Parts: sequence; C-alpha cells; structure tokens
Amino acid sequence: MPDLSQDVLRLSALRKSYNIGLPNEMEVLHGINLEIGRTDFAALIGPSGSGKSTLLNVIGLLDKPTSGELYLLGQPTSAMDDEGRTALRGHAIGFVFQFHHLMQAFSAIDNVLMPLMLAQGRPGPKAIAHARALLAAVGLEKYANTKPNQLSGGQQQRVAIARALITEPALLLADEPTGNLDTHTAEEVFGLFRRFNREFGCAVLLVTHDPRLSSACDRTINLVDGAIVSDALNKSPP
Amino acid sequence: MRRLARLWTEWTIAVHFLREGRAQTAMIMTGVAVGVAVIVFVSALIEGLQANIIERTLGTQAHIRLLPPDEINHLVPVPPGTVQLVQEDKRAQRLRSINNWQQVTATLDLLPLLTAVSPVVSGPAFARRGSAFESVALLGIDVERYQQIIPLHNYMLAGQLRVGAGDALIGKLLADDLGLRVGDKLRLETGVPSDAVVNIAGIFQLGVRELDARYVYLDLKQAQSLLNLPGGVTVIDLRVADIFTADTIAARIARLTSLKAESWIETNAQLVSALTAQSMSTIMIIVFVALSVSFGIASVLSVSVVQRTREIGILRATGATRRQILRVFLIQGAVFGLLGSVLGIAVSYALLWVFNTYGPKLFYIPVSGTLVLLSMLLATLTGVVAAAVPSRRAANLDPVVAIRYA
Ligand SMILES: Nc1ncnc2c1ncn2[C@@H]1O[C@H](COP(=O)(O)OP(=O)(O)OP(=O)(O)O)[C@@H](O)[C@H]1O
Ligand SMILES: [Mg+2]
Repeated sequence: MPDLSQDVLRLSALRKSYNIGLPNEMEVLHGINLEIGRTDFAALIGPSGSGKSTLLNVIGLLDKPTSGELYLLGQPTSAMDDEGRTALRGHAIGFVFQFHHLMQAFSAIDNVLMPLMLAQGRPGPKAIAHARALLAAVGLEKYANTKPNQLSGGQQQRVAIARALITEPALLLADEPTGNLDTHTAEEVFGLFRRFNREFGCAVLLVTHDPRLSSACDRTINLVDGAIVSDALNKSPP
Repeated sequence: MRRLARLWTEWTIAVHFLREGRAQTAMIMTGVAVGVAVIVFVSALIEGLQANIIERTLGTQAHIRLLPPDEINHLVPVPPGTVQLVQEDKRAQRLRSINNWQQVTATLDLLPLLTAVSPVVSGPAFARRGSAFESVALLGIDVERYQQIIPLHNYMLAGQLRVGAGDALIGKLLADDLGLRVGDKLRLETGVPSDAVVNIAGIFQLGVRELDARYVYLDLKQAQSLLNLPGGVTVIDLRVADIFTADTIAARIARLTSLKAESWIETNAQLVSALTAQSMSTIMIIVFVALSVSFGIASVLSVSVVQRTREIGILRATGATRRQILRVFLIQGAVFGLLGSVLGIAVSYALLWVFNTYGPKLFYIPVSGTLVLLSMLLATLTGVVAAAVPSRRAANLDPVVAIRYA
C-alpha cells in the first residue's frame, strides 16, 4: 500500500553494525531517523568514515539494516526477500557511484538500458528511444555505441547518471558522484542532478565532500560518527 | 513468454562476458572440444567394433535354438520312508523329433517378439565320393524360412540356392576336400538303408571353418527320410528383433513350449562377457574424460567470477537478482559445453573419416545421429553442472562488497 504522505523515504531508528557476532563487531549507524520528500534535493555530508556510504547502501537496499525500519515509497522493507528488494530497488531507486561503475563489455546505450533489461528482458523501441533521449540529455547522443573505456571519466559518469534515470526512479542516490572529476566537470555533472530533480521531479540524495556543491543543494544533512548532527534547509538556494 | 524474455537478458550478458574474455573462452572451448572428440571417437569406434563382431557372429547363427528336452531316466516312485539307492547312467540322447512341431511353429509365428521361425531337421552323416569320406551335418530346411535366419544367398559362391528334388548345398571346404564342383554327385550315408545320391546345386562359404567343412543343406523331406525321422524336425531356429533380450525371450519360450531354448547369449557367453567388459571400459573412459572437462569448466568460471566481482556488484545495484546472476554464469557453462561439443564432434567426424578411409579397413564405423545429439546434450548438461559451484558463489556475493572490489 503506497503511503499517502509526501515522503519517498523514511528511516526510523535505523541501526547498522558490521561484523556481527565477531570480536570486531562495530555499530556504524546509531539509530537514524530521516525523511526525504518527493522532490527533495539533499546533500549528505560528513567526515570520512562517518557512515555516509553505509547509509546510502542501506537506503538503496543493497545492504540490510541491523535494526529499525526503512520505508521506501511508504512500503516497509525489512521483511522483504532478495527478489522483492531487487524489484523495489529496480523501480524506486537510481544509483550513481563515485567510480562510474559501467559494464565494460557493453556500449554506452546498453549500459543505460541495463536496468530495464534486467527488469523486463529485451528492450523495445520505446525503451531504446528513452535511453537515447537520456543520453542526449547528458550530452552524449553521439556516443551511444561507444564502449566505456573510450569515454572520459566525466562522460562515463554521465552515462552512469543516464542509467540511474532510465527506470524513472523516485529517488536518485549518488555516492560522491563528482569525487573523481575535476572541478569544471564536477559542476557540469552536478548541474545534471539539479536539472533532473527539477524536470523529472525525482528526489536526490547526494554524498559530497565539496562544500560548494553541498551548499548548492536545497538541504544539507550532516552525519558524524553514525548519527545525524544537523539537518537543515539551505538559506540561499541558487 | 515473460520468463523467456527475461532469460534474453541473462543470455546477452553471458555472451558479452564470453566475448570479452575471448582468450579464456577459446581455451576452455578447446579443452571441451578435445574431451568430446575423444568421447565420440572412442564410443563410435567401440560401437562399430562390437556391432561388427556381433553381426559376424549372428550372421551364421540363429538367435535362439529350440531343441527337444533332454531325455532323462524316470525313476519309479518309492513309498515314503523307504531309503532308495540309485545307480544311474545318463541316457544317451538319440536323435528325436520335437513333438507337435507344426503346432509349435504356428504358435511361434504369431509371437511379435520373433522375426523369424524356421524348423530344421539335422543329424550326422557321412559324405562319400569315391573312396573319400567326410563326416558331415545334414540340415533339412525350408529355404524360405531358413533364409530369414541365415541369409544364405549372401554366402553363395557358386551354383544356385536350390534344395529339394535331390539337390543339396555344400560348404566350400567340404567341396575342396572331396573335390566337388557344382553339378557333381555326392553320396550321403546315414546308417539307414536308404542312402541317397544328391546333386550339388550350389556351394556356399559362411566364413566359419566348422560350418563350411560340415554343413550340407537338403530339402526338409529328404533329410527327414535320410535321418529316419519322417515328418519330424530336431531344431526350431528363431530370430528376435532385439538381440540383447534373446536370453529372456528364450526363457519365456522355453516355458511356453516346454522345449529346451538356447539363446546366442548362452552359447557365446565368452564373447558376450568380453563385449560387456569392453563396454565397461568405454564407460570408464567417458566418465573420466567428462569429469576432467567439467573440472576445467568449473575452474575457468571460478576465475571469471573473481575477475568480474565488481561487475556482478554493478549488476546487482542496477537491479539484477541473485537468480539472474546465477543464470548468467550457468549459461556460460552451458555455452562452453554446447559449443565445445559442436567443435569436438566436428573433430571426431574428421578422425572417423580418416579412420574409415585410411585406417586398417577391418570394419566401417558409422556415426549415429543419436550419439551426436546425446554427446551435445551431455556436454551442455555437464557445462551447467560444472558451472553450478562458481555460479552460486557469484550469486551469493554481497553487492556492497562486490561494488567496492577493486
Ligand atoms: N564492509 C564493511 N565491513 C566492516 N566495516 C565497514 C564495512 N564498510 C564500512 N565499514 C566501516 O564503517 C565505517 C563507515 O564507513 P563508510 O564507508 O560508510 O564511511 P563514509 O562516510 O562513506 O566514508 P568516506 O567519506 O571515506 O567514503 C567505517 O569505519 C568503515 O571502516
Ligand atoms: Mg563513502
């Protein structure tokens, strides 16, 4: 049953430990409560090792929380099995990683189509047209049939963004998507997130170490040692 | 339909992976091909060899021979409580006719398990020409029925396949020993007053010394009177459709007719056990080759899973389920098996062609379509089974760890 509230994501008392049952057991997230609205454009910041990637992986259903509940599009997810989590991740979440993670064996457009192929099988003409439009939107219409290793880092990251958007996700998660890029390219890529947030109305949660980028977001969530220490709207949206 | 449409994706990913790892793919394909080639070649060789041996053996034998039951001594029953000491000599088995053989033959004709039924009267005689003697076996046959057991027309050297009205067929060695040619006369002596002089209508060569030196084929009637068994037959020869069930069919017919039934499997026990041993060793070769091929596939895929850890993580993050990952790697195993076997079958065809064309030419090895299909199916299955362990490992990778994998 989809929730009628405006939240695309809600975390309640979410905890995450690593190495459970081992002597080096360690709790990384200590009871996180967080809501992300349907059109939020939020930056997740915090010192290295504070648990940002861990939180993003849990939100993206790649990892399971140790306790607490995660509601995605109003649905509780703790009781879901792998198939259910994968299906929900497939249509609700788009992922962008720091290291553009593309499949080297596939062309740019096939990489963009991959989430659809995994969910539905062979893509039809509509899906292919959609993928082309997304490649055009990230400025890569000419590179549809190029293999990733012939693209620059910034181009690869833009392919990854197009891939994250192909399923029209409600929430786009990005873990330091510009961390590997020069300042100019980083700003271009960031601009794409901004644009898709406005145009497609998908919520964006973006991890960044760059204060200029985080201040360009609408909201800044500060995670320190596995706890949210501040969560505020930015005063002056650009 | 939907499932198939989704399999398309796994298939596509698997093929891209295989193409990307070209060198590895080519190497393991070659390994599988060599294995399959060995299996196909060896089994075709052994199959051909055995078929050839059996054909030669059964070319001059009935599959089952029905004989009258042995004559035994019937002891007078003694009252209970009486101790009986018996000194018994086995009875000499005289030449006897099968009781009611016409009726038995008619009944057997109706059995679908049997493809031919041929009553024969046979017994010993002396063949004499001038002062030369040879001991021979007379066989009185109904040519048409007997031809279905042993195709005599295939073995004729000279003359015509004709018995009856004083005509006889003799073997090549007998003809040589007695210096006989087609059209010559031969005296047959059996101890009964009615000796006969027969006309040599044809000379055959069965390829078995014993038979070529001793067999004399006559008309049923003439043989009956020569052997003093008017209207009788001593053997009923049978042919069955499936030669390897001859012993069970023989047992059934023995029960049905209360006659003694000997199958070729019994009379050629040594040959049969040699063939069985040979088949066993072929199976051993196949099993061990298949094992080493599957270990090859498994190890190549294990390496590939490690190499592709990161990509598996990406796939999982972009919506692949564990099962989809599993299938991507199972398909790779199947492709190794299938394409490798196609290659291997091509190689073994070439080998067999060389063997049939330039080999010792002792026998021809046919390549059966079933063997080809079976080995392709088996190789594909082996590929899937071999891929099971690495595929499972791929499917169970933690996506978070996999993505981070450098
Ligand atoms: N798989 C794991 N097993 C054990 N500990 C882990 C694992 N992943 C992360 N950790 C630990 O959890 C803590 C948080 O890690 P995380 O990667 O979430 O931090 P982060 O905020 O993303 O850091 P960075 O800014 O450097 O990317 C760290 O102390 C890290 O060592
Ligand atoms: Mg991190």
